[in-house]
Amino acid sequence: MKARIALLLSLALPFAARADFTGKVIKIGVLNDQSGLYADLAGQGSVIAAKMAVQEMGGKVGDTPVEVIFADHQNKPDVGSSIARQWYDADGVDVIVDVPTSSVALAVSGVTKEKNKVFIGSGPGTSDLTGKACSPNTVHWTYDTYALAQTTGKAEVQTGGKSWFFLTADYAFGQALERDTTAVVKAAGGEVLGSVKHPLNTTDFSSFLLQAQASKAQVIGLANAGGDTINSIKAASEFGLLKGGQKLAGLLVFLTDIHALGLQTAQGLLLSESFYWDRDAKTREWSKKFAAQNGGKMPTMVHAGVYAGVLHYLKAVKALKSDGDGKAVVDEMKKLHTDDTLFGKGTIRADGRKIHSMYLYEVKKPSESKGPWDYYKLIKEIPGDQAFRPLGEGGCSLVAAAQK
Amino acid sequence: MTLLAVPVQALFGQLLIGLINGSFYALLSLGLAIIFGLLNVINFCHGALYMLGAFVSWFLLEKAGIGYWPALILAPLAVGLFGALIERTLIRRISSLEPLYGLLLTYGIALMLQGLFSNWFGSSGMPYEMPSQLQGGVALPFMFLPNYRMWVIGVSLILCLGTWAVTEGTRLGSWLRAATENAPLVSAFGINVPRMITITYGLGVGLAALAGVLAAPIYRVSPLMGADLIIVVFAVVVIGGMGSILGSIVTGFGLGVLEGLTKVFYPEASNTVIFVVMAVVLLVRPAGLFGKQA
Repeated sequence: MKARIALLLSLALPFAARADFTGKVIKIGVLNDQSGLYADLAGQGSVIAAKMAVQEMGGKVGDTPVEVIFADHQNKPDVGSSIARQWYDADGVDVIVDVPTSSVALAVSGVTKEKNKVFIGSGPGTSDLTGKACSPNTVHWTYDTYALAQTTGKAEVQTGGKSWFFLTADYAFGQALERDTTAVVKAAGGEVLGSVKHPLNTTDFSSFLLQAQASKAQVIGLANAGGDTINSIKAASEFGLLKGGQKLAGLLVFLTDIHALGLQTAQGLLLSESFYWDRDAKTREWSKKFAAQNGGKMPTMVHAGVYAGVLHYLKAVKALKSDGDGKAVVDEMKKLHTDDTLFGKGTIRADGRKIHSMYLYEVKKPSESKGPWDYYKLIKEIPGDQAFRPLGEGGCSLVAAAQK
Repeated sequence: MTLLAVPVQALFGQLLIGLINGSFYALLSLGLAIIFGLLNVINFCHGALYMLGAFVSWFLLEKAGIGYWPALILAPLAVGLFGALIERTLIRRISSLEPLYGLLLTYGIALMLQGLFSNWFGSSGMPYEMPSQLQGGVALPFMFLPNYRMWVIGVSLILCLGTWAVTEGTRLGSWLRAATENAPLVSAFGINVPRMITITYGLGVGLAALAGVLAAPIYRVSPLMGADLIIVVFAVVVIGGMGSILGSIVTGFGLGVLEGLTKVFYPEASNTVIFVVMAVVLLVRPAGLFGKQA
């Protein structure tokens, strides 16, 4: 027996002596919706984006190879957190990225903290991830509900949309988005006349739009995402809401949603993104490389966030020469300034919030579009310090600790 | 005038919308009921074939420039033939087994179809333009009613009543009903029952494809459009009584209205209300509202 233990120890020693990288490989787990309503805006595209970041680092950190795996959380918190547990406990995953669907992201963030690993959120929206539910092991990269409200919401109020009615997806994300947008509308002197909470993944929105129509609100705020937003916008145009003088505010609209709607239906819509493939020469070059691997489909901001997040994670791990202590890796990520071709230079705050510019875009008319995927024109850029929630207002416990 | 804090005028609008959604439920559950009645197969790929109908019309438009009106005939025809092929090559082989095997087989077919199309086209789907003749709408006193939705209700009602009339009032219908009761006896009278089964399956599936073409301009052509709908439609069939044609029509429209009203009074429950009704019906009348009590 003793001999056997000694043998095991001697086998383990070489790793213990190096102690750098757990399991001899840095394992990145892309966890998102692979088959449902968010599969186009995240899905396989996020796996491609993560792999592109790994390639850019040469496929390894030092001598340690980097591996990317993925799974489908089906937009269910229970499925998502059990995959996260299995990945951390049994499969040697060091970092989980993406995780659209805020309810799942909140669950995964909890598991990640418990296991002291790293979670980089690109797909989820809820600003609670860096607010009252913040975690020393979580970085929230691409956007959040507060920034969406500050960009699209504020722009609509400033152009005269004072009274609002919300169509809200009935889960963590929709509720956070409605809450954050309501705050912006009220701060700008507007009012909220009502809201209706619809189940996630609803097919027919006509009934809800009729209620929105009856409210006589100037702006109908769509606090939903993906297929739900597409169906709401289609039904609104069919039921003549726009002709009746009401306006739609798509608070979270992705490039793939516009592609599915077609410019004929989507034209004129205001929306906010932190990344658009056609912004400059560098984003175009990266996006074309991405599209070549993604069946010709251009990347969404979620894909861009996965790429940039993984790249920054690998840089931090390289600087630390270790991936074992998740909190230490995230601290290193916060210490290093971020710099990538898609989001430019930026920082990660004490609460885990990645800071970069948000952009307000308008969807082009069919006559303005020069070709496939040429969908947006830039209205304005909102600098990161204005777009995201001030550090002290989120109620994150890490902030007070950092300021001591 | 208000009812439970909702203006009565607004309620009319919601009732009408409920009827529109109900017409999709009715069209789909009708096909399911016919298929179950005759083949004793719980056709789980019904939703996938509805999706296929929408995709065929999209292909016709994109690849061949064939518009909505011809697609209304061509897509159900193509999908109906595809259905007949499935019946001949796959479903027939398990006809002597329990219905559970049919359910598993068709569920597998549904997963394969949806997986293939998701892989090819992604999950958010493609737009399909509404035919120009049906764009616009009528301003009723209580709501703006799009012409296309009226068209959907009309087509659905005509098809449902037509199918019901055929099964109840024609010789073909009486053969169908007889074969449902006792297939060996009917074939002893010299009627080609296997062929009738193939035709029936093709017809039921064709109805699903037609619903898919009708749905394409309202929603979009997406690989998961059937998966989202089929569970509800199955609940409709169970509530109406498995295999009851009249039951599936009446319950289809009725539950559409009920769901519409839930969207007004308690929207959060709008995707569960039908299943609550199903549970209650199963407790009180296990054979369904219009089913024959065993």
